[in-house]
Amino acid sequence: MIPESYFLFVSALLFGLGVAGIIINRKNLITVLMSIELILLSVNTNFITFSYFLHNTVGQVFVFFILTVAAAEAAIGLAILVILFRERGNIEVDQLNTLRG
Amino acid sequence: MITPLYLIFYFFSALAVFSGVMVIASGSAMRSVLFLVLTFFSMSALWLLLNAEFLALILVLVYVGAVMTLFLFVLMMLRTSAMRWREGLARYLPWIGLLVLMLIGVLAMILTKEPVSLIMFRVLPVAADYNNLADLGSVLYTSYVYPFELAAVILLMAMVAAIALTRTPAAFSKTQNPHQQMAVKVRDRLKLIKDGDTQ
Repeated sequence: MIPESYFLFVSALLFGLGVAGIIINRKNLITVLMSIELILLSVNTNFITFSYFLHNTVGQVFVFFILTVAAAEAAIGLAILVILFRERGNIEVDQLNTLRG
Repeated sequence: MITPLYLIFYFFSALAVFSGVMVIASGSAMRSVLFLVLTFFSMSALWLLLNAEFLALILVLVYVGAVMTLFLFVLMMLRTSAMRWREGLARYLPWIGLLVLMLIGVLAMILTKEPVSLIMFRVLPVAADYNNLADLGSVLYTSYVYPFELAAVILLMAMVAAIALTRTPAAFSKTQNPHQQMAVKVRDRLKLIKDGDTQ
């Protein structure tokens, strides 16, 4: 059987790609959302790997909840993007300077 | 030792990493979404290797079928111009590479270090009649029934929030105004006239 460090390494690679994606594409909100999905996917893979190798189903239950919360997050995030686009005509992060903090 | 299992694993993990790179590096958001779909497909194949059939199918059905479709719809509505992600990239790329390499390196070091190595777990062979769905359900609907219902509430909240955020009040639709209805007085609606008064 494939050792679990292989799975965990793939998951770590995806996590790093997600973090890099947030930094590279921070000008574009929708790509940042996609990078967050990548990070969540790698976290879910970690949960499932440990669930399999520790013979514990609770890890899969947590993946279930993470998927639920991620779906809710994507729905609300995209809704916010839509109203942002409707208000301003673009979704460039650089131009979101209405609130000067 | 190359067994078919290893071949499947290598194929799908290489596919996942490749498409993950393309998600963050492809020039257009539409292409990124499609590569993200490919990543989800290949990771669900890895989940199948880990006996998480239900979650692998949920990943394809719910994630690819619903969430990624939502992304695509929103992208079509947003009319995004070409991404300008290459601006200033050369300045940040070394730091990004350093950060990601450090992150992956730390994770790989932890995973392969002997004292905390998890490689020694013995994986018991799965019974032929193992049912992942029954296994998951027997935990989900007993110990985790309240979190399960909370998850349902979260989904409901997300649905209400998404509809309330994106809904535009229709300009020409006839709707009731409860406030005006409640504030109406008798004299606004009823006019008493004398009998025989031709007015």
